[in-house]
Amino acid sequence: MTDWLARVGGGVRRWTADVGWSARLFLRLLGLLLPTLRRGRLLADQVHFLGNYSLAIIAVSGLFVGFVLSLQGYYILQRYGSAEALGLMVALSLLRELGPVVAALLFAGRAGTALTAEIGLMKAGEQLSAMEMMAVDPVRRVLAPRFWAGVIAMPLLAAVFSAVGILGGWVVGVLMIGVDSGAFWGQMQSGVDVWSDLGNGVLKSVVFGFTVSFVALLQGYVAQPTPEGVSRATTRTVVMASLAVLGLDFVLTALMFTI
Amino acid sequence: MERSRNDVWVGLFVLLGAAALLFLALQSANLLSLSFEKTYQVTARFDNAGGLKPQAAVKSAGVVVGRVESIRFNDQTFQADVVLALESRYGFPKDSSLKILTSGLLGEQYIGIEAGGEPDNWAQGAVITQTQSALVLENLIGQFLFNKASEDKAPASQ
Repeated sequence: MTDWLARVGGGVRRWTADVGWSARLFLRLLGLLLPTLRRGRLLADQVHFLGNYSLAIIAVSGLFVGFVLSLQGYYILQRYGSAEALGLMVALSLLRELGPVVAALLFAGRAGTALTAEIGLMKAGEQLSAMEMMAVDPVRRVLAPRFWAGVIAMPLLAAVFSAVGILGGWVVGVLMIGVDSGAFWGQMQSGVDVWSDLGNGVLKSVVFGFTVSFVALLQGYVAQPTPEGVSRATTRTVVMASLAVLGLDFVLTALMFTI
Repeated sequence: MERSRNDVWVGLFVLLGAAALLFLALQSANLLSLSFEKTYQVTARFDNAGGLKPQAAVKSAGVVVGRVESIRFNDQTFQADVVLALESRYGFPKDSSLKILTSGLLGEQYIGIEAGGEPDNWAQGAVITQTQSALVLENLIGQFLFNKASEDKAPASQ
């Protein structure tokens, strides 16, 4: 009985310590914004690695999501005789939900895993310990530029996703199905609000940028320094980042659009 | 700071992202229609504002001439005070009347202005009481049923 109690207590204590440690790491990374910006070289390299290399998959996915949205939306809308609202439907779904969320999921899969594996391998190769020996702070030198690069890249990628998606929706809706082009853009422009739709979508993607980058770096940083540990950490990055994005998305949507 | 070939690509990426945002703002959200034109405020009193929402269009002859700024309940008159921001370049005679209209059968509601004939125009802060409320479907059906019932009863009483 005492044994069992001790196990529960130990579990809770360890869990609290883990959460506290992660929160402190997160606050440190937030506080390192200015030093990171001052070392633009490191930041630019990471934006290149995380952003530019994710661009192709984001753009292609956005294009096809736009295609499918337009096609599916047309079949549903024309049943109610309102195929002209196609542009509005495509734009709102992309700006409010699909743009930020799908881009974040892809970003977690494409860039988050790369971050985790990189940090995990650095740890396994004792590079991080070597840095500490040379009085170089690995959080400042390695983690912070990657973190802020992810935060910068994510909203840009989400914007590219939405823009390409709307163009894709236009290609299918207007060029292939033959919805009136004026109605497509006109309904969109009268129905989409800059702040409440576009602004909230951008805000979401910024939050997801923080989430995905932090989860990826944390998993790499606490990974077991073995090949197996790194592979586990990479998997956990995808699972946890995706779940966090989806859960946060619900909370953010509930906060933003119901008031 | 030394330059590397990465810089060009990073710059391109950031520009592309900014261009996408700009495209979304201009083309889909139509930021330009948020006119930065000077406006003047007038308050219209409606018996029933129906489903009117802030930012709804104010149209005259089908052309947007302003936006609804806010809708508040006035506990002195028990009416809805709707504040309209009208573009300064358009003036409307003092006896113009306002109607809450619906675009299409199920579309969103907007305010229509029918110009009157007086020489003086509305000024900043004017209060308009010549209004026609939104159509409330329940009232309409209620009236219809009431008329129907009285019609049915009429022959019997004769």
